[in-house]
Amino acid sequence: MQRVKNTIRTALHSLGFLFCCMTTAAAAGPSSTNIFAPQSPQAKSIFNFSIFVLTIVGIIFAVVSTLLVYSILKFRARTTSANGEPAQVYGSTQIELAWTIIPILIVVVLFMATARMLHAIQDAPMPASAVEVTVIGHQFWWEYRYPQLGVVAANELHIPVSDPAHPTPTFLQLLSADTDHSFWIPELAGKTDLVPNHPNRMWMDPERTGIFLGQCAQYCGTQHAKMLLRVSVDTPEDFAQWIREQQRPAVAEERVAAGKRVFETTACINCHAIKGTVANGRFGPDLTHLMSRTTIAAGAAVNTPENLRLWIQNPDAIKRGSLMPAMQLSDSDLDALMGYLETLR
Amino acid sequence: MSSNAITIPGIRVEGKPWVDTLHEWVTTVDHKRLGILYIVYGLLFLVVGGVEALIIRIQLMHSHNNFVSPQVFNRMFTMHGTTMIFFMVMPILFGFANYLVPLMIGARDMAFPRLNAFSFWLTAFGGLLLYFSFVGGSGLYGAGNAPDVGWWAYAPLGARAFSPGHSSDYWTLSLLVSGFGSIGTGINIIATILCMRCPGMKLGRMPLLVWLYLVMGGMILIVITPLSAAQIMLLIDRYLGGHFFDTQAGGSAVLWMHFFWIFGHPEVYVLVIPAFGFLSEIIPVFSRKPIFGYPAMVAASVAIGLVSTSVWAHHMFTVGMNSYANSFFAITTMAVGIPTGIKIFNWIGTMWGGRIQFKVPMLFCIAFLFQFLIAGLTGIIQASVPVDWQLSLSYFVVAHFHYVIVGAIVFAVFGAFYYWYPKLTGRMLSERLGKWHFWLFLIGFHLTFDVMHIPGLLGMPRRIYTYEPGRGWDTLNLIVSIGAVIQAVAILVFVWNLIVSYFKGAKAGNDPWDAWTLEWSTSSPPAAYNFATVPVVASRRPLWDLKHPEDPDSQYE
Repeated sequence: MQRVKNTIRTALHSLGFLFCCMTTAAAAGPSSTNIFAPQSPQAKSIFNFSIFVLTIVGIIFAVVSTLLVYSILKFRARTTSANGEPAQVYGSTQIELAWTIIPILIVVVLFMATARMLHAIQDAPMPASAVEVTVIGHQFWWEYRYPQLGVVAANELHIPVSDPAHPTPTFLQLLSADTDHSFWIPELAGKTDLVPNHPNRMWMDPERTGIFLGQCAQYCGTQHAKMLLRVSVDTPEDFAQWIREQQRPAVAEERVAAGKRVFETTACINCHAIKGTVANGRFGPDLTHLMSRTTIAAGAAVNTPENLRLWIQNPDAIKRGSLMPAMQLSDSDLDALMGYLETLR
Repeated sequence: MSSNAITIPGIRVEGKPWVDTLHEWVTTVDHKRLGILYIVYGLLFLVVGGVEALIIRIQLMHSHNNFVSPQVFNRMFTMHGTTMIFFMVMPILFGFANYLVPLMIGARDMAFPRLNAFSFWLTAFGGLLLYFSFVGGSGLYGAGNAPDVGWWAYAPLGARAFSPGHSSDYWTLSLLVSGFGSIGTGINIIATILCMRCPGMKLGRMPLLVWLYLVMGGMILIVITPLSAAQIMLLIDRYLGGHFFDTQAGGSAVLWMHFFWIFGHPEVYVLVIPAFGFLSEIIPVFSRKPIFGYPAMVAASVAIGLVSTSVWAHHMFTVGMNSYANSFFAITTMAVGIPTGIKIFNWIGTMWGGRIQFKVPMLFCIAFLFQFLIAGLTGIIQASVPVDWQLSLSYFVVAHFHYVIVGAIVFAVFGAFYYWYPKLTGRMLSERLGKWHFWLFLIGFHLTFDVMHIPGLLGMPRRIYTYEPGRGWDTLNLIVSIGAVIQAVAILVFVWNLIVSYFKGAKAGNDPWDAWTLEWSTSSPPAAYNFATVPVVASRRPLWDLKHPEDPDSQYE
């Protein structure tokens, strides 16, 4: 029996591996969003647990569907015996008892395993070495605040890699500024919703560095589809370096003063903040280090000068229904503004 | 019992003006006519909801598709879900309840014929209210503004800040109005079953379909009420300055989720329980054996009804309930699997040792058994909370519940159509077209919903109008969409079959399937009074007793 179980386990593992291959082959990008390609102890334990559950339901499926197929084939009406009815059987208490008790036992086993695993993940204590990040979901972008470090970032989350010997997991406090959202990086952890007036908590402890993708999983409005997630797992040194850069206020270069003036005298400052200037809006992403990001519009477009220009003039072309208004700037103002934004590193 | 209807449903008297016919149908209180009205109404919305599904699938055929705008896409999935649950499946099931329950228990009408008509018209106008939002959603500002809040309308998306205009009001009012219709029907079904049975028809002799409709009626009373309450609270929030769900003013989004899902999950069982009933009638007849373990089947049905009202928050494993609440809803959810498993085993037990005839109704039931088995098992996977943290809100869930609603419920409903159409119309549905319908629908179903699990495993969330290339979702979604088109073709074959067979189908006679329950003892279609003399029964299979006087069931029960 143990052997059979192991064989099935191996078979299912290879099925999972097949999924991994399918996506890694398809995804030329940084990473996949495959739940069968876990990259953190938490995601791995969920993966192993899924294999356990899949094994049980797989066995149930095999047994029941075999019975079904057998009874359909064996007891099909044959033309020769078309006349007369088969023996009329009304039931059997012993059989009823058997197929009641066995499922009860299966449910007990499954429940025990579930309760243990969910307690271990959900009620995990936060170690002193943890990095804390407050994630605030907005229609349709992500705000990240590092309260211990005084950093405000948007859409691209940076967290340190967690060495199993000296774990530095990241604990996320999940808030929402408007509707429900859900934070989901399949390779790092299960998802947790961001519900207004209902702070939630989740944690991740990635084992390897790299870019991890995901997106908002809870329908939050028109542009739910383009509320993408991008997590950069950095080495401790890179992470410290990134934090240092993010802590700095924006550099104000004299040659782009005209662009800065455009920013400060138009509606930009109603929603956006740039540290070290008068702009302190909170409705849109903090732009102090805009150029340190790979993407704009919560991952909807790559952060190139052309895209940024289009985004400012006609956001609907990139993300129709986003709350960023078309700014209607003159060409000269737009040139000046672009010059200024490109200095925000 | 209706006193004014003497005409026979389905048969037009030559030379009568069409206005008279229309007037008769609109004012009818006859349970059979109301049943047919419900069914035809549900079929219309099957087509409407199906078109919405096709729009969704065309948009998702490949990444970054621009077939419809995000706004239109969001309206489509909202309307598709609301339509299919409230105005397709429910009316069709109510229609069969109306038509069959009195016939099966030897009654001449439902307990409250006028309430019956009232309930139907509430449901009918509820659906029209929902679709009026396409025209009146933005009031004077223009047309084309159906609700886009999803069929759960999670707070605060339904609040005025996020749903300006009236589109979500039409959604609210439509569910409120049709909800009252459902409650009326629920009361009517319970009263009919408890009070109108013919002599000899003890509770323990009722056909299983009747038992299951009794359970469904009870569940409707329990689950529709919280939904109606929540809709009224939402209206208070929107128009009277309430703050139940207004999170900007301290309201609770989680409260809405509880209200919605204490309706929403048992609702799935409200829909699937009559489907169980169809199987429990069709499988014995085409296996030529009585149902295996009748008492166990009744007990399991009641148990499912009870336990299913305590599982709702398994839709909320990701919203941050504490680990004790999560554990509770995990075990209740898994526990539903036990009586459900008992039912599947008993259906197999019924076929075991029988002489199975693969007529079209039976084909749909056999497909149901496989698909419901898979749907139940993917349900168990999701009841395992940590796994659900990955699967919840993904396309895996979408595939899972379509497996239940299409793979199980809709398949059973199609089986019921082929089985009882002769009784409703007096004519057989074409067996040849029926097989085309079955195989096309089966292939389309599996292409769509088997494959749809995989993008969920690969991280594709539900309710997105488009997706990024390079995540391995493109090909899978294309296959899913192709399957949807095949299903649509199958539905066209079905509708064609319904129409053609009505005029040209073979005459059915009273009892084309050599069946055993009372509805087959009267003419097809039955006269307005159903039975010339009220029948008296002595066992669960009164017609078996008549056909086999040498070996009647009444000897053993």
